[in-house]
Amino acid sequence: MDTRQIEEKLWEYIDGISNKVERLDIEVLLETKPEWKLKYDELLQLHQMIHSTELEEPSMRFTQNVMEEITKYHVAPATRTYLNKKIIYGIGGFFVAMIVGLLIYSFAQLDLSSGNTSSGISINFSKIEWNKLWNNGYTNIFMMINVVLALMLLDKYLDKRKRNEA
Amino acid sequence: MKEEIPDTEIISRVLGGETDAFAELVKRYQHYVFTLALRFTHHREDAEEVAQDIFVKAYRSLSDFRGTAKFSTWLYTIVYTTSITFLRKKRLSTTSIDDEGTFIELENQDSGFKANLVEQKSRTASLNKAINMLSADDAQIITLFYKAEQSLEEIGRILGLEPNTVKVRLHRARQRLKEKIEKHLRHEIYSVHND
Repeated sequence: MDTRQIEEKLWEYIDGISNKVERLDIEVLLETKPEWKLKYDELLQLHQMIHSTELEEPSMRFTQNVMEEITKYHVAPATRTYLNKKIIYGIGGFFVAMIVGLLIYSFAQLDLSSGNTSSGISINFSKIEWNKLWNNGYTNIFMMINVVLALMLLDKYLDKRKRNEA
Repeated sequence: MKEEIPDTEIISRVLGGETDAFAELVKRYQHYVFTLALRFTHHREDAEEVAQDIFVKAYRSLSDFRGTAKFSTWLYTIVYTTSITFLRKKRLSTTSIDDEGTFIELENQDSGFKANLVEQKSRTASLNKAINMLSADDAQIITLFYKAEQSLEEIGRILGLEPNTVKVRLHRARQRLKEKIEKHLRHEIYSVHND
């Protein structure tokens, strides 16, 4: 185990977040291994020092300044009150309806009768009017909204990953 | 001995129209909020402005506090977002301050540290100076853990990180703090601490 790993184990022990088995193991190591004890004393000293520091003090008038400032404002209504769940469900329903509508519209464009294969269900893809489908204004708007939502989702995901990696 | 009124009760009173009750919350958390803001700004005037802004924001959005987490955790989330916004506006760098030149600058800025201060004050000032040499993120995580008494899970909630990531970051932050102390302030801190 290198110094860094020893330190990590010891910090967990000092912070009280190591489990019972780990605690017992470390206690044995502290009694038997001088290098562990030396490192432990060093880290514990730092730990106690940080604990003993005092917080910074703002100016004497700080509370008064804040109270004077807040007289200019009112407590805003809770977000959950103006973000009505019915509205959110409504937006969700709208998108679901759009997807279903688009699917129905797409299938309506298919010529299911002209194909002739032995499998029973046959679709003649050459008969589908792809241009008509993709040049449709509604389709474009729908695709745009989905692209924006996908980018937002991707941005959120990458941001979270970056934060976790940093 | 008089028992402290719970935060949630004060919040209910404020939401019920008793605006003055908010002063109690300000008094209770001003040192924590100011210290955390100072970790970002490194200037007392800026930190005071940011801290004031934080309390105003907290007051205005108080009805959004649902009580699922501690009020302090909710408040520190506002501290974090407001401080980050402030830094972006000021275009200040949040990277680690490693060069000697900046160290001297920081030392000079810290008017509170004087050789003739009492020992405790002296050690606190030295240690705060060492913490101020860290990046804002490192300083923030150490302050939240040690001074604001937030658990790894709560810090994760404030910073939008997984508790395990917080644990790793805390280890690294303490390691860097130890390095700063050993490099710049070993004599000041350890001599006082061992006395």
